Amino acid sequence: MQSLGDAFGLAVALVFSGDADLLEIVVLSLRVSLTATAIACLIGLPLGALVAIGRFPGRNAVLIVMNALMGLPPVVVGLLVYLHLSRSGPLGFLGLLYTPMAMIIAQTILIAPIVAALSRQVLEDLHAEYSEQFRSLCLTRVQTVQALIWDARYSLLTVGLAGFGRAVAEVGAVIIVGGNIDHLTRVMTTAIALETSKGDLALALALGLVLLVIALGVNAAVQSVRMTAARQAYA
Amino acid sequence: MRDTLAMTSVPITAPRPAGPILPLAVRDLVLRFGGTTVLDGVSFDLGPAGCTMIMGPNGAGKSLLLKLLHGLIHPTGGGIDWAGRAPAEVTARQALVFQKPVLLRRSVAANIDFVLKARGKTGDRRDALLDHVGLAHKAGQPARLLSGGEAQRLALARALATDPEVLFLDEPTASLDPASVLAIEAIVSAALARGTRIVFVTHDIGQARRMADDVVFLHRGRVAEHSPADLFFPEPQSAAARDYLNGRIVV
Ligand SMILES: Nc1ncnc2c1ncn2[C@@H]1O[C@H](COP(=O)(O)OP(=O)(O)OP(=O)(O)O)[C@@H](O)[C@H]1O
Ligand SMILES: [Mg+2]
Repeated sequence: MQSLGDAFGLAVALVFSGDADLLEIVVLSLRVSLTATAIACLIGLPLGALVAIGRFPGRNAVLIVMNALMGLPPVVVGLLVYLHLSRSGPLGFLGLLYTPMAMIIAQTILIAPIVAALSRQVLEDLHAEYSEQFRSLCLTRVQTVQALIWDARYSLLTVGLAGFGRAVAEVGAVIIVGGNIDHLTRVMTTAIALETSKGDLALALALGLVLLVIALGVNAAVQSVRMTAARQAYA
Repeated sequence: MRDTLAMTSVPITAPRPAGPILPLAVRDLVLRFGGTTVLDGVSFDLGPAGCTMIMGPNGAGKSLLLKLLHGLIHPTGGGIDWAGRAPAEVTARQALVFQKPVLLRRSVAANIDFVLKARGKTGDRRDALLDHVGLAHKAGQPARLLSGGEAQRLALARALATDPEVLFLDEPTASLDPASVLAIEAIVSAALARGTRIVFVTHDIGQARRMADDVVFLHRGRVAEHSPADLFFPEPQSAAARDYLNGRIVV
């Protein structure tokens, strides 16, 4: 057990030494969470658009479910994915448990509802503003959705960033389906949890610092996207 | 026999022959929102050409009447007949410049390009259209940073880009400076000369005198008067129109 000051000094030194283990963990974290974000956007964005401009029976129920799923606890998602991927589960034959793919699946499930619900809100607000003009122009549904997504691109980018921020920072889902296996499924959050419990505060703090910088970076990106949009009066 | 053969050989998805969409007949049009009645039995006819002014005090239902005629909203009762067609069937052949312009979050030029592309218009008419409304120098600027008057001019250019047969204008010069008002009127007159049917809402009596062929005066949900312009302005036939023209409140 080191003192906090020592640990912090070691952590900073570790970050700047370009330590191979640390780098591997950071790279895997980014790979898993960025992939999950991309897939969640591919699923969530069209779903959000559909609910935003569609009028169909059961739409209100879909809305409620979508908003409720936004608050899914990561451990519950981890548990559900575990039950499906475990050897006796329905998808056990795929052999995905304790692989990065399992972590990607869990994080995708975690953030797809967030992307869907937030982009639904963004697109619906814009549609309320544009719809009469678009009906006057007799745009097709496809033209309408394309125009809405393009004109909402800055807001939608911040939605994607919010999803990534949630994915990269969660620990509950990836620790269950990934197992925190060294050199295979160890990501920043699970490593921090493990190293802290082992008492290796230097590595935990070093990873914590990297995670903090990423979180700050995501927020800075959101802020600069907003400012760009506002400057161009596109927000 | 020949006719039968000809008819069966036409696929049912074939577009109907264009044909005229004028004259317009409006009969007993009623529009209610919950308990409030906005239009209460509006009837009038519009001929195939010219510029009709819709006038009336604030809240008379002028903007809603334009949206009904253009097929954007449905009446509670009554009928709108564009030479045998329902409003929704002719929306694509008309354009409406809204009282509050809705501009895309794009550049001025891209707002025009969007409409030209969406409506399958070929040839690059964007610069000519922007030049026409005096916005050529703003082409690259974000549309939402335009002044109120510039935004209305862009909305007009966008409407003209669709080559409408009927052009609805909802107070298109309400926030323009005097020179710009005349510039817009010249643009509308040019469209009129090309055969575009104009239906124009305004509160500007001078403008109505300059532009109108006939005036539909709305009051308390009804047509108080529909007169040719050369009768309406010197000798309004209804008390409501007389009061309105004299600057007395008629709400
Ligand atoms: N969705 C709605 N629900 C209830 N009332 C409405 C609705 N839309 C419009 N109205 C009412 O209908 C009336 C007519 O509105 P409209 O916009 O057509 O007036 P207008 O003649 O264009 O007035 P202005 O000269 O101020 O533009 C107004 O009193 C308005 O409050
Ligand atoms: Mg109005």
